[in-house]
Amino acid sequence: MRLKLLAGLLLTGGLLQPSPGALADTGQWLQSECGSCHALEKPDYPALGHVERVTRKGPPLHFAGNKFQAGWLESWLQDPVRIRPAGVFPPGAVVPSDEGDVIDPATLEEHPALDAKQAKRAADYLMVLRPHDELIAATIYEPGSIARRMGELNFTKFNGCDACHSDGPGYGGLSGPELYTAWQRLQPGFIASFIADPAAWDPHTLMPKAGLNDSAVGRLANYLKLIGEEAP
Amino acid sequence: MNYSATLLASLLLAGSLPALAEDLEHGENLYTIYCTQCHGVTGNGDGVNVPAMSVQPRNHRDQGEMSARTDAELFKAVKEGGKSINKSVLMPPWSGNLSDDDIHALVRYMRHLCCESGG
Repeated sequence: MRLKLLAGLLLTGGLLQPSPGALADTGQWLQSECGSCHALEKPDYPALGHVERVTRKGPPLHFAGNKFQAGWLESWLQDPVRIRPAGVFPPGAVVPSDEGDVIDPATLEEHPALDAKQAKRAADYLMVLRPHDELIAATIYEPGSIARRMGELNFTKFNGCDACHSDGPGYGGLSGPELYTAWQRLQPGFIASFIADPAAWDPHTLMPKAGLNDSAVGRLANYLKLIGEEAP
Repeated sequence: MNYSATLLASLLLAGSLPALAEDLEHGENLYTIYCTQCHGVTGNGDGVNVPAMSVQPRNHRDQGEMSARTDAELFKAVKEGGKSINKSVLMPPWSGNLSDDDIHALVRYMRHLCCESGG
């Protein structure tokens, strides 16, 4: 009977998470391997001030479980490709030139690749980090469809997202992460919540709060869905 | 100038100059972090995002252009976005990221860029 109960819990996902001991070990391992670039615990942002953003080498990961798609994360850690054309802190990667500011590729660091076992272990740990379930729960967004032209207009003319983000290779701004694979990388609830109030997730984000209502946020999220489902 | 007035002026300067310098440094830091992507690392309006933008960001080193805007207008544009002063939507509102004090420091730094830095 107990065996059946255990099997039932396993099947429903109730016990599929790593044990507390294994999690603690993995946490120590990740802190030593990743902690110099990524925040695995929430930084004291008010005490650090905005200068924290200057010294940041990698995106904060303390809410990774609310943010990423688990399968994508495990896969990306084994074969990391650049998401932010100008790195995590664009002003540190940009130099003036006669043609205007340009990215200095020599300043951009590559993310190390993990083997399959390490990637699974890291992703399993990171996906448990969910301090912002309440932000996701408060988000009103049901993925849907949008006509391409309307999506493009929302992304460009109406909201100016293309000033910093690209919605296709070679299109759009360079300071923000590319968004044509955002739907593959990120959870839909996170996308909508982050667009609505980026600083609620990261007080020192370079993403402004545009003051959009739920419908406008939904149109942008649906455009990311449209282009993300087409991206390779 | 009589002695009292001179002393008072000296005291005011001694008290306010460090605060002004600190404010300017804070504004410069914020400008680097939040503004240079579009307005350029030198503030000349040639940021790395410009090739993708349909409207050229303002050149904050242009004394003529900047003199046409009051501090209150600059504050409003940063806080509420370009649309709030009938300018481009590409200038976003930063009120969700920056406090009023932060934005005042930014305005102070923009004035320094245009009109005090010799650039």
